[in-house]
Amino acid sequence: MKKKLITIIAATAIAATAAGCAEIPGSQTSSTGGTSQTSGETSLSGTLSMNGSTSMEKVIKAVNGAFSAKYPDVQVNLNLTGSGTGLQEAAEGKCDIGNSSRELKNSEAENLEATVIGLDGIAIVVNTANTIDDISLDDLAKIYAGEVNNWSQLGGNDKAIVVIGREDGSGTRDGFESIVMGDKEANYAQELESTGSVINAVSTTEGAIGYASLANVDESVKALKVDGVEATEENIKSGCYKVQRPFICAVKKGNDNELVKAYLEFILSEEGQALVLAQGAVPVK
Amino acid sequence: MENITPATAVKSQESGLRSGKSSIINVRERMMKYLFTACGIVAVACVLMITIYMIMSGAPAIGKIGIIDFLFGDTWHAKKEMFGILPLILTSIFGTLGAIVIGVPIGLLTAIFLSELAPKALKNIVKPAVELLAGIPSVIYGLLGANLIKPVMYWLEEIIYKNDPTHQFTGGANLASAIIVLAIMILPTIINISENAISSVPNEYREASYGLGATKIQTIFKVVIPAAKSGIASGVVLGVGRAIGEAMAIILVAGNSANMPELFNSVKFLTTGIVAEFAYSSGLHREALFAIGLVLFVFIMIINLILNGILKNGGKKGKSEKPAKSKV
Repeated sequence: MKKKLITIIAATAIAATAAGCAEIPGSQTSSTGGTSQTSGETSLSGTLSMNGSTSMEKVIKAVNGAFSAKYPDVQVNLNLTGSGTGLQEAAEGKCDIGNSSRELKNSEAENLEATVIGLDGIAIVVNTANTIDDISLDDLAKIYAGEVNNWSQLGGNDKAIVVIGREDGSGTRDGFESIVMGDKEANYAQELESTGSVINAVSTTEGAIGYASLANVDESVKALKVDGVEATEENIKSGCYKVQRPFICAVKKGNDNELVKAYLEFILSEEGQALVLAQGAVPVK
Repeated sequence: MENITPATAVKSQESGLRSGKSSIINVRERMMKYLFTACGIVAVACVLMITIYMIMSGAPAIGKIGIIDFLFGDTWHAKKEMFGILPLILTSIFGTLGAIVIGVPIGLLTAIFLSELAPKALKNIVKPAVELLAGIPSVIYGLLGANLIKPVMYWLEEIIYKNDPTHQFTGGANLASAIIVLAIMILPTIINISENAISSVPNEYREASYGLGATKIQTIFKVVIPAAKSGIASGVVLGVGRAIGEAMAIILVAGNSANMPELFNSVKFLTTGIVAEFAYSSGLHREALFAIGLVLFVFIMIINLILNGILKNGGKKGKSEKPAKSKV
């Protein structure tokens, strides 16, 4: 009995290794050859490494998931250490793609080629009972810094302002503060741990103001115009709406890695852009 | 001989059976003993593992930040890498104290009512209700707090701070709301344990008190409660433990800004700090959150030690007090 079992196991093992071996040459050729597009079938393999913004985490992870599903032999490694480090590592060749949730500085743009893959539009929301429809970027900063604390100071009702935002470490908070606050320090009355909580708190608190990714704003709250511009996809794409920032994939100039090309093509494709939209960012195409 | 033989035969048969079975029984006994020991070890191993893990993951951040800056720093600002948790510690302490101040009198009086005064029919309604209260998930308390207590607090806040331009309006998400939610949450713990303690006070005490002409209320406050005090104290300490460890119920009503605790300030507890920021934290920020966990862990340890102390002393005192009481 035991002997029989052992022989069976051994036989399966040999068969398995044989099958495994048979596969190896195929994958090797594809990795050396890069893309081999035959009869609509695409096969790529290798490792793609990227590093950068935590704000882009959700978008990038969603895209990576779909990318890996499409190219099962490609392994995508993602690190999240912030835009600055991501760009630096991409420029130094330590990773293939640097993810940045801000525009590149001139010094960074020298060595890197930036591809905007999506836009992060942040809507400013207030309670539906609020009479104010429009706010300037400057007043917004004053509200969040606590310098303006009653809506009457901005021409609204005599109602104290309840300043609502996201928790420390949130990408939306980081985006909002970097665009709006300048040198000022935000001082929150409520720091909530999700976009949904922010919307809910704003919808139930009359004097409240909050911010949330545009995709998550619904009818329970009122999105304010900023400097007279409504928060819509078109206005974000055209750049008229100020409270927005780009999501950028930066690649070292002269990097002709097939995987990187395929990845950027994928993220800008209809499928990739749909994923960007699904994660709350505004697609660029 | 004829009479004896069957008896001895039976005896020898029995002993034969025993010796046959005894080995099986012995094995089974021993196996069960090991099983029980193993189960006991699981609990101890869990405690050990958690302790080691918390120290290993929390201590490095404390080392990097500096224990003084960490425990006594008054600014929590992850982006600037400022990790002072004094506001969080004070909030947890004052929040718990507030809950105790509100919860203990109500809980204790309910327990007295249940065990000493309530008519049986009423007791049969109130007691299951209290027990049910203990089983309600904490997040439900939070939801109710967010939808019922927060608006009331917002209304109160607008009246109290109407002419105070320096106050930051919280929309009702403040320490006061959190205290009320916590007070309601610890009620069942206090009621159930106090009620048990009061019910187990021997009836002779009450009879002796009545015999001396004391009224029912006098008896309750002068005889029954002092006799049950160690049980009541352990109920209170368990309530403290529940309040200080609670996160889900208060994250929805506390506002979660790391301000110094004031009734109408938005505040961040040790627990809510971890829950709120864990998802997106990285690097030293995440390590600091583990360090907060370690601080919380130490708090709970201290509370447990106090509880053990109360239970031990209570047992000794209870014995020594008995004869003294009966003399009175």
